[in-house]
Amino acid sequence: MDLFSTFFNIPVLMQSLPQLMNGLLVTIGIGATSIIAGLIGGLFLAVLRLYAGPVVTGLVRAYIDVFRSIPLLVLLIIVYYALPFVGIRLSPFFSAVTALTLVSAAYTAEIFRAGIEAIPKGQFEASAALGLSNRYIMTDVILPQAIRIVIPPLTNNCINVLKDTALASVVAMPDLLKQATQAQALSANPTPLIGAAVIYLILLLPMVRYVAHLEKRFSRGRS
Amino acid sequence: MKAPLIKISNLRKTYGQFTALHGINLDIAQGEVLCVVGPSGSGKSTLIRCINHLEPFEQGSEITVDGIPVRPGPDLDQVRAEVGMVFQSFNLFPHMTVLRNVMLAPIRVRKMSEADAEKRARDLLERVGISVQADKYPAQLSGGQQQRVAIARALAMEPRVLLFDEPTSALDPEMVGEVLDVMKKLAGTGVTMVVVTHEMGFARQVADRVLFMDGGAIIEAGTPTEIFDAPKEERTRNFLHAVLDH
Repeated sequence: MDLFSTFFNIPVLMQSLPQLMNGLLVTIGIGATSIIAGLIGGLFLAVLRLYAGPVVTGLVRAYIDVFRSIPLLVLLIIVYYALPFVGIRLSPFFSAVTALTLVSAAYTAEIFRAGIEAIPKGQFEASAALGLSNRYIMTDVILPQAIRIVIPPLTNNCINVLKDTALASVVAMPDLLKQATQAQALSANPTPLIGAAVIYLILLLPMVRYVAHLEKRFSRGRS
Repeated sequence: MKAPLIKISNLRKTYGQFTALHGINLDIAQGEVLCVVGPSGSGKSTLIRCINHLEPFEQGSEITVDGIPVRPGPDLDQVRAEVGMVFQSFNLFPHMTVLRNVMLAPIRVRKMSEADAEKRARDLLERVGISVQADKYPAQLSGGQQQRVAIARALAMEPRVLLFDEPTSALDPEMVGEVLDVMKKLAGTGVTMVVVTHEMGFARQVADRVLFMDGGAIIEAGTPTEIFDAPKEERTRNFLHAVLDH
């Protein structure tokens, strides 16, 4: 058996392709749900961290530190295997989404905080001096400017979340990686794994290029 | 006599060990044009930034604008809606067109309709001579033009008082005149103005009253003639000597 028919076996690939595509859909489903929930949670945490009282600020900081420190795999296994002991039973999908969202929200909160803090003080003062309420200062003046700053690091975070969805395969989630390992076992050939790797690359390489492009553009100064 | 529009009593402000304002007492009348002059670090910017509470001040200090106490809380946005401010560094919103900069606060704070706000904004931009650039972004304008937009933005709220915090200090010399001209026209319309400035010519020509500050206190106050031609205090004389005679 030569190298080519071992790793790039076209008949095996064709046979496993529908299964891999189903896995891809699951991966994108977990990734997109976690990214969106993480963005909302992160923005909320960032605003709390910057503007709430000292107690809330302390709690938010503790949350951010804990969830940036804990290995995602450990968190995922706790959510899926340990929480049922206290009566919380989440499906593999929701276990994966919960773990990814908790961690993504912590990273996203730090990104938003840095973005908001990068806006010059004069912008806050000018909008406050006009009588705008805190809500409008944020939604009309600060966040639209902060968004431009945070898009490259946020995209980076999206890439990380999508990559980390592969960990969901350990809680029996039929994501792309899980489907590939099953197809490999079935066909006794590693081609499906190679196929899965190529699909991950097709999904993520453009995003990696996009971040590089954005970072270059932003480092040249504002348009 | 009419009650003053702005009442400041025993205004104290400290930064740690440093005292920026030593118990200032000051009344500003409706329609008055007050110019505040003095060396840098004398507390004049801090003074006007306290009036709209951009700078929090010490317990026991009291400022009222049109009878409303200036303090953190639900009344503060209301006070700020009546007190316009023009900054040294313009602080226009860079992600909005010039027109949008002027329209934002009337729509959000005064709940004005888009159409009414746009009409008012275009009128004001016309008044400050920026109507042609209404659809440009701030970064496309010169410093003098940006500062005139900032004045229009403050005026769009129809404030009772306009605070100017060294409005020409960040400008190239050839642009100072166009901004001062707009301010002179404004002074003639009866709006109350408090102007922190280094432009002694402007203060002499436009002010009803000039305040000289040094070391966080008001050293001397009077008409432009009193302050510029016959200053009573040694410190005032020294300052004027330093800025005028060269």
